[in-house]
Amino acid sequence: MTLLFFLAAGWIFLAGVYGMVTSRNIIRTVGCLAVAQSSTYVLLLAVGFRRGGTSPYFTDTSTRTPVVDPVVQALALTDVVVGATVTALLLALALQLRKRHGTVDPDALTGLRG
Amino acid sequence: MSTADLLPLAIAIPLIGAAFSALVGSRLPRVATDLLVTVWAAAGVADLVVLWLRTGDGRAVSWLGGWRLRHGESVGIVLVNDRIGIGLALLTAVLVLAVIAYSWRYFDEPPAEHAGTFPALILLFDAGMCGFALTGDLFNAFVFFELMGAVAYALTGFRIEDPRPLQGALTFGVINSLAAYGSLLGIGLLYARTGELGFAQISQKLTGHRADALLLTAFVLVLTGPLVKGAVAPFHFWLPDAHAVAPTPVCMLLSGVMVELGVYGAARIYWIVFSGPHGIPQHVFHDTFVAAGVLTALVGAVMCWKQRNLKRMLAFSTVSHVGMFLVGLALLTPEATAGTALYVAGHAGAKAALFGVTGALLDRFGSVDEHSLYGRGRELPVGGVLFVLGGLALAGLPPFGTALGKAVAEHAAQSHSPWLLAVFVLASAATGAAVLRAALRVFAGAGRRPLDRHEVPETTGGGEEPEIRGPSRRVPLPMLAVPALLLAGSLAVGLLPAVSTQLAQAARLFTDRVGYVAAVYGHSHAAGMPPAADWTAEGIALGLTSVALAVAFACAALWAAPRGGGAHRVVAPLRRLHSGHMGDYVGWLIVGVAVLLVAVRAQL
Repeated sequence: MTLLFFLAAGWIFLAGVYGMVTSRNIIRTVGCLAVAQSSTYVLLLAVGFRRGGTSPYFTDTSTRTPVVDPVVQALALTDVVVGATVTALLLALALQLRKRHGTVDPDALTGLRG
Repeated sequence: MSTADLLPLAIAIPLIGAAFSALVGSRLPRVATDLLVTVWAAAGVADLVVLWLRTGDGRAVSWLGGWRLRHGESVGIVLVNDRIGIGLALLTAVLVLAVIAYSWRYFDEPPAEHAGTFPALILLFDAGMCGFALTGDLFNAFVFFELMGAVAYALTGFRIEDPRPLQGALTFGVINSLAAYGSLLGIGLLYARTGELGFAQISQKLTGHRADALLLTAFVLVLTGPLVKGAVAPFHFWLPDAHAVAPTPVCMLLSGVMVELGVYGAARIYWIVFSGPHGIPQHVFHDTFVAAGVLTALVGAVMCWKQRNLKRMLAFSTVSHVGMFLVGLALLTPEATAGTALYVAGHAGAKAALFGVTGALLDRFGSVDEHSLYGRGRELPVGGVLFVLGGLALAGLPPFGTALGKAVAEHAAQSHSPWLLAVFVLASAATGAAVLRAALRVFAGAGRRPLDRHEVPETTGGGEEPEIRGPSRRVPLPMLAVPALLLAGSLAVGLLPAVSTQLAQAARLFTDRVGYVAAVYGHSHAAGMPPAADWTAEGIALGLTSVALAVAFACAALWAAPRGGGAHRVVAPLRRLHSGHMGDYVGWLIVGVAVLLVAVRAQL
């Protein structure tokens, strides 16, 4: 069962990578990067999962209630923030490329080679 | 203030400075903003100098927010380091100060509504790099990795008027972030196994498990991020594209210290997390990464030699040097580590100085193309002298810090595999020769006027927007004074015996996993004897050999009759691999990870 989660995370990561390798549009490349990143959410949340556990709040429950691991949830949350920043920045760069130079096709960018 | 408080302060000072600069930058006159930012950067340097002195021959440990270990378990974040990590943070802070002084007259017309953005980003970059160098927590390292990454992408694409910086920044961002997410998958796997995130804590818990497929996968994935940041072949493709187009002051930071932090991260994580009992055996790391380092050093050297865009040439020389740093760290001995630390410090000064002079050329002539600049640099004799000195320092001319570091690392490599000496000498000679060749052409007009041939795709470096525009066409004083000071710094690393003895002491702590874990868990642990890291006759001879080779290569390129032939057929396909296409580079990243997995598995 746990192995299934690991495999799912690996599958999502590779799906994102496949999209990035074949992409003809930078917006799509950045989208695929976000797909690859979402594999980390799946992995982190799966790692902290406990059968029968509830969310880790103890306001109205006994402290003996089994809960899922709150550390990975904090990690996933930080990960979301990091991912949002990077995606926004890369999309802003792609936007400038489209606005000023009229292309978002990586094949059309030939200024840097050799 | 206690020593422990200085650790988080080293990250907090530039962070607060960045916020401050972004807030008030648009309301203050340019001079006031520049002064303020310089004071912030100097405060960061002062904090790290005190930390360096107080840490002495030991480690500084700081539990953030007082969340300490309880019964051997922790949920807090620990900053812990010896003088290797603190020294890297100090190097970062000093380079940031130099860059800020260099750019006093840079971007003379900043975007009116965003004044203060550039220094704010530089300080944020400083905070990210210091954090990465000082942390003792894997997830925290990931966050700082992404912080320095995101800021570096923004800085690389700072000049949006030209499509090339945007392309370089996008490639840089996509490749580095993908690698960081790979690292995060690895961190998740390690957390699944141990329930800990600190280097030392994971290491302690791992001793109770055997090395299996999960540990192997986690090892390769976690190291992917630092190796991509460290531009180890075949993960290096993003680096020349980003360095060739970033504003010159940013190049000084990227090449001078950020790339080196990647290699540092890989070595630190291996030593503390994976080198324990039931981890990844030392011979596996040694064999795999000495091979990777040699490949990187050679690819970087060949590509460096073939460039005509000066910034791209310096970028490939960084790739080559990083390869040598990786070889040094992968030898896994205190002596080689001490040599590498000295080499990194000496290289940072020389490389940043070379980029600084290139920036002066770009300012003066609007080009960084070796061919079209032929002979035009005669107007800048000071720049020419600095450029030649920088080239000689890269080649390893004693008594520069690069020569001392290389000599110590070579001595350590010699006892193990003598053929590594040839790699060190050849790679440093080739990168130094490329710089000398360019210096002689640009500043002295030596040799024949180079002809333009378009047999292979290449990046010329002509037609660049000058980064500064002003009616007075004199090069601003800081743009030559800062490179001169940086070269003097590189010289000081080689000449001051205190630097080498202290780094040698730190290197024996760096390679001491048990001592690191004991420091985090609050136990005491006696460290062994520090290795010798001093000038030897043999080291000086090797340094002079590579300088002589570099001069010979440069002269041959300028005056010998051109020959076509075999070398071209080998090099042209290699150049075609550097296609500038981000999809290709993602492909190479995955190939690299797969090769690492197979190579490490085969040796277990």
